[in-house]
Amino acid sequence: MNMTSTVAGIAPVPAAAEPVERSPGFWSGVVRKLMRDPVALGAGAVLLTLILMAIFAHQLVPSDPYATSMLKRLKPIGFEGFPLGSDELGRDMLSRLMLGTRLSLFMGITPVLIAFVIGSGVGILPGYAGGLVNTLIMRTIDILYAFPSVLLAIALSGALGAGIGNALLSLTIVFIPQIARVAESVTTQVRGRDYVEAARASGASPFTIVRVHVLGNVLGPIFVFATSLIAVSMILASGLSFLGLGVRPPEPEWGLMLNTLRTAIYTQPWVAALPGVMIFITSISFNLLSDSLRSAMDVKS
Amino acid sequence: MNTDTQTDRTPIVSVRDLRVTFTGGKKPVKAVNGVDLSVARGETVALIGESGSGKSVTLRSLLRLHPARRTRIEGRIDVAGVDVLAMNNRTLADYRGRIASMIFQEPLLALDPVYTVGAQIVESIRRHERISPADARKRALELFERVRIPSPERRLDAYPHEMSGGMRQRAMIALALACRPQVLLADEPTTALDATVQIQILLLLRELQRELGLGIIFVTHDMGAAVEVADRFAVMYAGRIVEEGPTREVIRNPRHPYTLALMQARADGAMEKGARLASIPGAPPDLANLPAGCAFAERCTFVQPACLQTQPDAVELGGSHRARCLRTDATAHVMTRAATHAPRPLTETA
Amino acid sequence: MSTGISIEHIGAPAGSDRGGPAQPLLTVNKLVKHFDLKKSFVETLVGGGKVVRAVDGVDFKIMKGETLGVVGESGCGKSTTARLLMHLIDPSAGEIVFNGETVGSPQLSLREYRRQVQMVFQDSYSSLNPRLTIQDSIAFGPQVHGVPKQEAVTRARSLLSRVGLEPRRFAGRYPHELSGGQRQRVNIARALACEPRLVILDEAVSALDKSVEAQVLNLLMDLKEEFGLTYLFISHDLHVVRYISDRVMVMYLGKVAETGPAEALFQEPHHPYTRALLSSMPSMDPDHRTEQAALAGDPPNPIDPPSGCRFHTRCPLAEAVCSQRVPILENRNQRETACLIHEPGSGHSLAGTAIHAS
Repeated sequence: MNMTSTVAGIAPVPAAAEPVERSPGFWSGVVRKLMRDPVALGAGAVLLTLILMAIFAHQLVPSDPYATSMLKRLKPIGFEGFPLGSDELGRDMLSRLMLGTRLSLFMGITPVLIAFVIGSGVGILPGYAGGLVNTLIMRTIDILYAFPSVLLAIALSGALGAGIGNALLSLTIVFIPQIARVAESVTTQVRGRDYVEAARASGASPFTIVRVHVLGNVLGPIFVFATSLIAVSMILASGLSFLGLGVRPPEPEWGLMLNTLRTAIYTQPWVAALPGVMIFITSISFNLLSDSLRSAMDVKS
Repeated sequence: MNTDTQTDRTPIVSVRDLRVTFTGGKKPVKAVNGVDLSVARGETVALIGESGSGKSVTLRSLLRLHPARRTRIEGRIDVAGVDVLAMNNRTLADYRGRIASMIFQEPLLALDPVYTVGAQIVESIRRHERISPADARKRALELFERVRIPSPERRLDAYPHEMSGGMRQRAMIALALACRPQVLLADEPTTALDATVQIQILLLLRELQRELGLGIIFVTHDMGAAVEVADRFAVMYAGRIVEEGPTREVIRNPRHPYTLALMQARADGAMEKGARLASIPGAPPDLANLPAGCAFAERCTFVQPACLQTQPDAVELGGSHRARCLRTDATAHVMTRAATHAPRPLTETA
Repeated sequence: MSTGISIEHIGAPAGSDRGGPAQPLLTVNKLVKHFDLKKSFVETLVGGGKVVRAVDGVDFKIMKGETLGVVGESGCGKSTTARLLMHLIDPSAGEIVFNGETVGSPQLSLREYRRQVQMVFQDSYSSLNPRLTIQDSIAFGPQVHGVPKQEAVTRARSLLSRVGLEPRRFAGRYPHELSGGQRQRVNIARALACEPRLVILDEAVSALDKSVEAQVLNLLMDLKEEFGLTYLFISHDLHVVRYISDRVMVMYLGKVAETGPAEALFQEPHHPYTRALLSSMPSMDPDHRTEQAALAGDPPNPIDPPSGCRFHTRCPLAEAVCSQRVPILENRNQRETACLIHEPGSGHSLAGTAIHAS
């Protein structure tokens, strides 16, 4: 195949089997930008620590998180043998907070992940199809969306009964419409771009277009939105546990701990506030990371 | 050389050695690199260049519209005798709109969609002057008549999206003139318009300049539009004014190779149908990485080794026509000599 | 010179030429596109509501190997026509005949038609998928039509080098790493990847700087010759249209005002609208600037177009009859004009006398 190019300054090149200068892909660019962002690095470090703590909680805890002691109830922070004090049953707060990371992160991440998968599908379909399909699906979702998420989660959990599984299910149901709405609007935008038009004009089937041109451009933004929901999910899960609808004692979970310690708010306010501090740190880290991710994914900047 | 006829009139706008650097990104981007420009009262200067030439950046610097945290502005800008770069926030707010105001390419983005056009003009007048709402509205009506909006009374109560493109552009000009500014800064105001509407707006700008004695800086990439309104041309490339002079001179006898090439690249310059257009090879330089010599050197047909060494100074060519080029001898009368042939590189020394 | 692109035909018969060079490549008959404005609930029930008459009965032909330029103000329907030709939107009425076969008929499926007609859009950035390398973007079209991946990639690279982008440096890059001019070259390569016969260029050079525009126009001329292409070139820039077109079609409010050979039409426009449009071009002569705008106001809205001749509201030669009678597109010596002045016996006082009015 002779490729004598008419373009000045370009040596003849054999077209096939030529090593091509690969630009770093989109995601490696995102990672590079995140690595330069101190906020992202900080939030990432906090979350990594929490995840490691969750995985190795049993090896790391200084004492048995379930061991009660009627004598050493509600000790202050720094009390001998209790670096972060003890709770209303005399259990070590530090150990319980560490072990609590497990359930709290689990309750924060799982519903969002499931809702991300289902919600993306539910949203991308009407977003790309448009017309009547869009109207039918989106109006149904709007009905679900109309309920305040806290009330919806409580109502669903209440109806399904207490327990971790039901709490997960109800949280997932709460997040699906939210993610689906974002998925629909992002897809609608992408559908209007000229490159999708060009793909249609070249005769590609809707399935191919969605696979090649739509998914890659919508999953990122949807994912960013979903990460910001993890914080909400953690807070809602904590709320459910607080109401006795989620995790059941004596399992340590931050929301539940906040609930059981509320009676001690006047005697040991600092100890009682600790689970709340953990929830705050975790959720703000997720939020900051998703913000950084959003700006790192902005190609043009 | 010749004494400049403009200098005995005090310029309303005087820019000296303006340098604008954006420091937000990885490397500082030198968008403007030493621009000198003066505009007299009642004069229209066209600032011509392609994207990335620094023409809009220069214009925006005159109103200090760049984000202060990520921009370094050096040099001196005087408008109506006031040092713009020394202003504090309050005097700046007073200056914007009242001494100098701006019109943009896309009025739909520049006008507030939730207020009627009339309300925006009234608000702008009352921000700068103590005047009753009724009087301000009367003046808004006069302005609408001034920019020739048909049935102005009714149009004052229209929202921007209810107007057609040309009408919106007129309304934006009315808004810009609301506080009787002395300088009008126009950033590609006719680029988004149809040809039939563009010529109407250009004629309107010419009329306003004449009747109100406005100094106008007209930023555009379109030579044709510029010829219709401008008294003087200033051609920008890579953040510098490479050629400047009376419109007639620059159009008839461009002396900087870049201006020359731009004139020849126009499709209407091609006499023969099917003849290849004289295009400028390559692309504009990276503003974060400017060469030491003339920024146009690597695309220039007249290039000599000396061009790569130094930044050429402005060469006076008579009649306030000047060009920043070492080869102005070679470019003389290229346009008149051979309009259709691309210039061949000349080798004799200057 | 072989560029490595074999002109092989994927669907066997459709690629063959019909009727020889005198047979138009594309014939458009009575093409209509009305868009419904958002209706209220009541209007949906009653069946009322306003329509935008974006394209309202357009007839034209594109001959094999020619470049047909299309000009007109915004709202004249030129971009809608392009999208109708690409079948990106369905026409309300009318038919498109390509190479002697009606599009969508058993002889010429939509899919096969789409391979032979490609489009280059104005916005070079939004017409490339930001997540695909430009090589993958170019190779996508051929793969859709069953070309194996490896062969499609080879074709993409040779096209890249043909449009002046060295494959080794550019094939693996993403759109945001290229300049506007380079991206538009990629879009042109992408359009050519399916080996089309007709390329629709919708304001394809309008967003480029003048010096880059000249490069791309030169490239388009070269490619046309090399691959035997036919162009439909839509632009608002009359200079560019005059330069590149063999014939020009002037549209106004969803209708064809005038068509004719480019030079004849530019030198001696027949339709008053064409005349006004041409005299709106900036003069480029500082000593003879434009003193009077040819037309006042903006183009009217295609929602409620004027009755009769649509131009009568802005036409300097309009008479009473112009608002009542719709002019027909008269064909005379390769020129077609839809104006009552050029329609003998139309009732206009200048009819028959002013055919060569300048």
